[in-house]
Amino acid sequence: MLQVEVVSPEAIRYSGEATMVVARTVEGGDIAFQTGHVPFLGVLQIHQAKVIRPDGEDRFALHRGFIEVTGERVTILSDMAEAADEIDVARAEAAKQRAVDALAADESDPVAAQALERANIRLAVASA
Amino acid sequence: MPGAKERELKRRIASVQSTKKITRAMELIAATRVVKAVQRANAARPYARHITAVIENLAAGGASSDHPLLRDVENVSRTAVIALTSDRGLAGAYNAGVIRAAEKEVMAAQSAGGDYSLVLVGKKASDYFRFRGYHIDAEYKGMSDKPTYEDAREVAEAVVAQFESAGVDRVELVYTEFITMGTQRVTVRRYLPLSATKTMAEAGGGDAAQLASFEFEPSADSVLESLLPRYCESRLFSAMLEAAASEHASRQRAMKAATDAAEDLIHNLTREMNQARQDGITTEIMEIVGGAEALSDDDDVDFAQLLEQTQEASSR
Repeated sequence: MLQVEVVSPEAIRYSGEATMVVARTVEGGDIAFQTGHVPFLGVLQIHQAKVIRPDGEDRFALHRGFIEVTGERVTILSDMAEAADEIDVARAEAAKQRAVDALAADESDPVAAQALERANIRLAVASA
Repeated sequence: MPGAKERELKRRIASVQSTKKITRAMELIAATRVVKAVQRANAARPYARHITAVIENLAAGGASSDHPLLRDVENVSRTAVIALTSDRGLAGAYNAGVIRAAEKEVMAAQSAGGDYSLVLVGKKASDYFRFRGYHIDAEYKGMSDKPTYEDAREVAEAVVAQFESAGVDRVELVYTEFITMGTQRVTVRRYLPLSATKTMAEAGGGDAAQLASFEFEPSADSVLESLLPRYCESRLFSAMLEAAASEHASRQRAMKAATDAAEDLIHNLTREMNQARQDGITTEIMEIVGGAEALSDDDDVDFAQLLEQTQEASSR
């Protein structure tokens, strides 16, 4: 079993055992970790991470994250690490709408593009 | 009919008593906030620890050390000073200590022939430095007593931008370190440039023996590049949380002292008031006795009536 910790700057969001962890790194492409994986250190995309346990799975919306794997330990560090049940769907919807409006006004607004990405991943995690 | 002095004292006691009620309430509020702030500071520790551990692994994995945030120059032309103070007062010497230390850093930078740049968190620091005509580069309000990571990121990004492009060669962070409930200390820390990754790793004290051959994605250097800004934010966030805990602890102490002082004052004023009342009664008795004596013949004093009058006077 893997020892998994999902840590945000404000608190430890998840700590427990898992059989597999799936995340998406900046190079694009999901990467799954099981026990015995080589030590790994990667930068994560704004995406979700899945922590798969024998009796189910947890999903986290991540923003500006890192994943570190050493032996049996998996640590995910992220500015924003929200579990599905912590996500405020109404707020994410509102944020998405704002970002879409901002992008309609200025297509190349990087802040709005990021906000849109964040809102989308929050909604995806919450609805899964 | 109480005398003028007695009435005056009564009014003062009432006023001190209502002040005491306020300071007592503030003391209790601060006490609960300290506990919460300390909990938040503790909850933020794992992230800081992990991020240091990751840097350690990067150093072991051979990440290069020529990142802009590691640039250390001999001749510092511009020093930025970040001061973490509070928005609200009534916290004893909390703000004064930080402001004094920050001003000292600014003066040190000037006497070394360099320029300074002030990044101020908290209304108190802004007020102080603006009043004295210092040039303020950035100021932040409304985040000091309950800082969020977003707040820390906003400040850190501004500071890192100054360091990377605005000619700032050194950044000092002045804040109040929370040691225990009873002890807080004003601390000046080098914020930027970051010490070399090796030194950070050593300071982190992790298990450096485990120099496993890491796989990096995309590469050790680019991981480091996206990690160092996070490390800066995390450090500032920790400092802000400690400062918040210190602020509430200082306020609690200051308000406890104020409450105690109010109690003493009430005690003394009550003494004074009782004495004034007693004096008034004595004077009245003397007047009645004198008046009765003047009206009656020497051997014809109506003691019963006199006694009655005296009792009436003293019960008023």
